Amino acid sequence: MSVLVYIESDNGALKKAALEVASYGRALANTLNTSLSAVIFSSENNELLASYGVDKVLTVDYSEKFNAKIYADIITQAAQKEQATVVVLSSSADSRYLAPMLSVGLDGGYVPNVVELPTQTQPFTVKRSVFSNKAFCATEISTAVKIIGLSNNAFGLVEHPVSSQTEPFSPNIISTEINIENVDKAANKVTIADAETVVSAGRGLKGPENWAMVEDLAEVLGAATACSKPVSDLGWRPHSEHVGQTGKPVASNLYIAIGISGAIQHLAGINSSKVKVVINTDPEAPFFKAADYGIVGDAFEVVPKLIEKLKEFKAQNG
Amino acid sequence: MKILVCISHVPDTTSKINFTNDNTAFDSTGVQFVINPNDEFGLTRAMWFKEKQNATVDVVNVGGPETESTLRKALAIGADAAFRVNMAPTDGYAVAKELTKVAQDGHYDLIIAGRESIDYNGGMVPGMMATALGASFVNNCISLEIEGEKATAVREIDGGKETLTTMLPLVIGGQKGLVEESDLKIPNMRGIMMARKKPLTVLEPSENKTFTSSVHFEKPAPKGAIKMVDADNIDELIDLLHNEAKVI
Repeated sequence: MSVLVYIESDNGALKKAALEVASYGRALANTLNTSLSAVIFSSENNELLASYGVDKVLTVDYSEKFNAKIYADIITQAAQKEQATVVVLSSSADSRYLAPMLSVGLDGGYVPNVVELPTQTQPFTVKRSVFSNKAFCATEISTAVKIIGLSNNAFGLVEHPVSSQTEPFSPNIISTEINIENVDKAANKVTIADAETVVSAGRGLKGPENWAMVEDLAEVLGAATACSKPVSDLGWRPHSEHVGQTGKPVASNLYIAIGISGAIQHLAGINSSKVKVVINTDPEAPFFKAADYGIVGDAFEVVPKLIEKLKEFKAQNG
Repeated sequence: MKILVCISHVPDTTSKINFTNDNTAFDSTGVQFVINPNDEFGLTRAMWFKEKQNATVDVVNVGGPETESTLRKALAIGADAAFRVNMAPTDGYAVAKELTKVAQDGHYDLIIAGRESIDYNGGMVPGMMATALGASFVNNCISLEIEGEKATAVREIDGGKETLTTMLPLVIGGQKGLVEESDLKIPNMRGIMMARKKPLTVLEPSENKTFTSSVHFEKPAPKGAIKMVDADNIDELIDLLHNEAKVI
């Protein structure tokens, strides 16, 4: 018996969401009085996993590009080898791709968007967000194997040093008819999915030529940049930056909205963010009702000042 | 090419979310239901295949009789035939199993579902169907071209996109990008009249095997009032974010 976590890395570096999954897996393993194993497709940085409580690291002997069907089959084999009763994944695009395939492969119930440790283990009950974070649902999983998709930034990082062992894992590799032809990914850029802070801007910025200050603000904060739907529809910013109900979901710790009125479809996509700051010239903008902190003012005056003050703050506080 | 589009019947985005029966069920009183937006992008792409590549397009939904208005709308948009599996869609796995049965019986080449429904945000049905069918699967699909038996799809990944090729049969979890919002069709009167004559077949569930159950709903604690900061006092905002919210 064990808890198994799927650890994602990017160019050899462990993703923050992966360490959060490990932190959650450790706490869950303690609750269930069992051990924590991790499956990882990269052999670097495994020492870090020991400091987040992973007892055993299975490093998969497979170095081809991410292919969901093959990965899902390998993780299924790892879960069987470790006799895992719970498998935990993050909410990344890749994890959300894999989890339903694992569910069928392991005959185990999958619950996504889980926001905390199980409220009870008999019957096994987890709390997940539903209706775009407008409600929570206590959900029972009735199968022997349980699969949990942990919501980003819901549990946080919890260090728990253990002595960890590493074991090479050579699974059977299945064949698939899916070929990955091309991966087009911005290098060295914080993604919306991984970011702790997201800086987002809307039509209030008046044109794509004014985005430099948004990017500057994001850089000071180590944040990802995002935009509202009208901005992506107008072609001012790429579609991949569109956040909202039909765009990317955001579950950051801090979300700064500049010149975005706060249409309900936009709010549905960013609701899971913990702290929301709104900067808008219109004091009646609906976003102010959904935010934690607000400034009524012209973005072209407020944002440069904010960048300057944040630089001072960072200089003083490291 | 035979296409099956899976349709979820979901509350409109602007709906008030409330629960009933001691917070064990969604309260649909006064709620307007629509085709799940992610499914509508897929349905519209399917219509393109119908017009340009002579595909046939069926739609399917798992739900009670109240969901038939949503299926009729899909027929009015241009689908050829509809199926309704007569079962409350309480568990993603049970829904996926029923849809898998419909897909197997109909020998479809391409199955289009939305990446997730906007009500329960499960995002699991297309992946489960693909695995159960042994078909190829592309999630978060933002572009799809079919040529003979060969499909070229683009998947949105964190921070970019990925191009994949595969052979039919294929299941996709679709989203905006398959078509744009401006491509979505509002049914015209002729479409609505024709939809009334198109077949809508009710099927009884084959097994209704569930993995999970939703036992209780709750709403988040009411949010505290917003704190307004003067535009000339950015230091106060930084202080609040650092000392109160602890996010910088």
